[in-house]
Amino acid sequence: MPDALLELRGVETRIGRYHILHGVDFDVRRGRVTMLLGRNGAGKTTTLRTIMGLWRASAGSIEFDGRRIEALGTPDIARLGIAYVPETMGIFSQLTVRENLLLATGRAGFTDERLDRLFALFPALKEKWAVAAGVLSGGQKQMLAIGRAIIEPRRLLVVDEPTKGLAPAVIQLLIDAILRLKESETTILLVEQNFHMAASVGDEVAVMDDGRIVHTGSMADLAKDEALQHRLLGLSLAVHQ
Amino acid sequence: MRHRWDDVAPHLVLPAIVLLALPVMGLSNWVVLTVAGLAMGAMLFLMAAGLTLIFGLMDVLNFAHGAFITLGAYVGIGVLGPLAGWTSADSWTLNLAAFGIAVVVAMAVSGAVGYGFERIIIRGVYGAPLRQVLVTVGGLIVAQQLFVVLWGPNAIPLIKPTAFRGSILLGSAAIEKYRLIALALGLIVFVALHLMLNRTRVGLLVRAGVENREMVEALGYRIRRLFIGVFVLGTALAGIGGVTWALYQELVTPQIGGDMTILVFIILIIGGLGSVGGSLVGAMLVGLTANYVGFLAPTVSLGSNILLMVLVLLWRPRGLFPVAKG
Amino acid sequence: MRLATHLLSGDPPRGKILSVLVAAVVLLLVVTPFVFPGTRSMAVAERICIFVVLAASYDMLLGYTGIVSFAHTMFFGIGAYGVAIALTRLGVGWGAVLLGTAAGMALSVAIAVVIGLLSLRVRAIFFSMITLAVASFALILATSLRDLTGGEDGLTFEVPTLLTPAFHLVDGRVLGVRFNGTLVTYYGILILASLLFLFLLRAVNSPMGRVLQAIRENEFRAEALGFRTLWYRTLAGAISAAVAAIAGAMMALLLRYTGPDATLSFSLMVDILLMVVIGGMGTMYGAILGAAIMVMAQYYLQPAMGALSNAVADVPILPALFHSDRWLLWLGILFILIVYFFPTGIVGRLRR
Repeated sequence: MPDALLELRGVETRIGRYHILHGVDFDVRRGRVTMLLGRNGAGKTTTLRTIMGLWRASAGSIEFDGRRIEALGTPDIARLGIAYVPETMGIFSQLTVRENLLLATGRAGFTDERLDRLFALFPALKEKWAVAAGVLSGGQKQMLAIGRAIIEPRRLLVVDEPTKGLAPAVIQLLIDAILRLKESETTILLVEQNFHMAASVGDEVAVMDDGRIVHTGSMADLAKDEALQHRLLGLSLAVHQ
Repeated sequence: MRHRWDDVAPHLVLPAIVLLALPVMGLSNWVVLTVAGLAMGAMLFLMAAGLTLIFGLMDVLNFAHGAFITLGAYVGIGVLGPLAGWTSADSWTLNLAAFGIAVVVAMAVSGAVGYGFERIIIRGVYGAPLRQVLVTVGGLIVAQQLFVVLWGPNAIPLIKPTAFRGSILLGSAAIEKYRLIALALGLIVFVALHLMLNRTRVGLLVRAGVENREMVEALGYRIRRLFIGVFVLGTALAGIGGVTWALYQELVTPQIGGDMTILVFIILIIGGLGSVGGSLVGAMLVGLTANYVGFLAPTVSLGSNILLMVLVLLWRPRGLFPVAKG
Repeated sequence: MRLATHLLSGDPPRGKILSVLVAAVVLLLVVTPFVFPGTRSMAVAERICIFVVLAASYDMLLGYTGIVSFAHTMFFGIGAYGVAIALTRLGVGWGAVLLGTAAGMALSVAIAVVIGLLSLRVRAIFFSMITLAVASFALILATSLRDLTGGEDGLTFEVPTLLTPAFHLVDGRVLGVRFNGTLVTYYGILILASLLFLFLLRAVNSPMGRVLQAIRENEFRAEALGFRTLWYRTLAGAISAAVAAIAGAMMALLLRYTGPDATLSFSLMVDILLMVVIGGMGTMYGAILGAAIMVMAQYYLQPAMGALSNAVADVPILPALFHSDRWLLWLGILFILIVYFFPTGIVGRLRR
């Protein structure tokens, strides 16, 4: 069993007067894809934002590769090798695709090898290279957002609902891309509402409800247990597509 | 790629107004007023450009921005006084040199004071809009009083260098030389800003940060460090605007910058917060409106820019070229 | 005691020193004509009364609703001009006064409602900038429409006889003071100001007031809880504008003059802002203390500073720093310090 790259213990987050996270405990194992599932409002996005330092945890600890990060600022957390793809994608509409990606690379800029790998996964990005990101389609924007997270090798990818609002064909493209990433043993923490996507790519799963983790285990086990799915997520694999 | 009307329309506003004015006022008047309007626009652009970037990137609206304009004007007096020998000579070289030095020093001093201002006053109120407005208004009050302490309450004259005075004739239109100089300076600064924003890595960060600060941080950049740089740039530009405007008015008072505050705000609102190009268009529109209406309907001229702002807001509530906030 | 608390709408000063200060200010205002006779001290006291009302109405916006508007003195001006124009055009009489005041209030409320609706479309800071533009426009209008407003020079007019020195309540002097129209004006202003202040105190402690405070704390939550924030904000804006207009009417009657500088200038707006913030935002009593401090500073600090300035005449820069006209410099510095370190102002400090 690979060790944990990211460990959350007792993480609590308050926003203003609201107590959103009530003690979150789970691990993200090295080289695996960990799914974070749960109903709307369960606190999944808040958890990701807390990990990234965009919101400060009021209690608890977050350890990345043995190092405590809950008190670090967002840029410092990102510099440890953690890439973040928010729910809103966070692409810069006024900048071109090229400029968006350029921000993700270091001073060295692009290397042919990395660009080729990126275009192999997402051919549309090559096509729209010099176009302002704002005019891309939803799926293309999502590809750009993920592309930005992977153009440089990262130790951890934190992705929030990548398939939201996308057509099934595009979702399949994203699934393929993530499966390719898995081949290179990238560690991924993925929040998803789409259970089909989750079951296709996930190795481990953590389910949240009301600011707490209510179930952890392997994705395979959860996918087999329809009753458990129903109880935790109010759905079953067959219904949700 | 076919452009939608919505995207193209804002770009047409400025040319449309310029062209529509032509039949209304006759060619020679039109030439004079258009140059006057564009020149005033150029000076206003210098005052506004920095503020739009500051607001776009840092969500800080510095109500004391006018104080930096005034500072530039007084620095102009301080520099051109000793250089009276150069300015009174009828030589383009010496005059330009003196003007250039005044501009550079005004930029440096306003920038330096801006640095202090950011550290002392602004730093503590990021993300708190109410306190920001209050604290910067307080800063403006104190600054205006300090100007009186240092330079006295009376207006101080500041005459243009000899070669800058007078007009050149274009057909039957007499165009003031200084207006052309101001226009040239404004365009030079615009081009420099444009290059900085679009060709440098820092500029890339600023443009991205204006859209979505959080995401830039999530990409590993310590954008707070950029804040101080942009703030200093903004106040430095205001300083240039101040000295240029002061020479145009030929009179410096402690309120000279504060009086421009409302026009600068109107420009920001019309142009779209965070957009340098927008502030150029907005500034030109304000300058042209002031001059065209001043000629056509003098009674309405004082309020005309406010009416312009209302019209633009009704059409585009976020300004002509808003920067999309991610 | 119960009566007092009820009168103050359950919102007493709280804090010993504060209560004493407020009581002292009120007491001094009540006895001024007898204890500090003379036109100057009465003028100071009357100004304090009117500015307490204006500042308190601004506190309702700034301190309770959390809106920074620079258009507030515009309503003050509208009220003043309402009375001035009515008395100039319709002849001197109480009918004109009431009509002018009512017209001023109506116009103020209408504009406040429009501004309130506008706030829906724009962000908070945008909103502040726009109010600045609106106030500017009002000033331009007032100086341009010479026929109506007297332009830059303003309007001078007569007031009803009841308010003039010619009117005698009783003959001769009582307690050394002439009981004439001047005294009537004085107590008229004092009583009206007190009533308006108590009205505002009631408004911010009413259910509406609590909703306003909820909105100020967290607008999203207030919306989520079902309060139509726009409606409440607009209501608060309308009430505050109407009260400001009445204050303007009082000022016009007091000065028998209205002009752009006296009522619509940006420096007046700055004064009100200083009063509310230095006194203490969101406390109402801050307006009392703030107005008292500012008006007294304008009248009495200046000679003190002048003396200080002369004392250091040989030192460079210092004389200019302490010049009697520079009282605003020091108040500005105090203002900044308060915003930074004591956001609840003097009242907040005294309540600890």
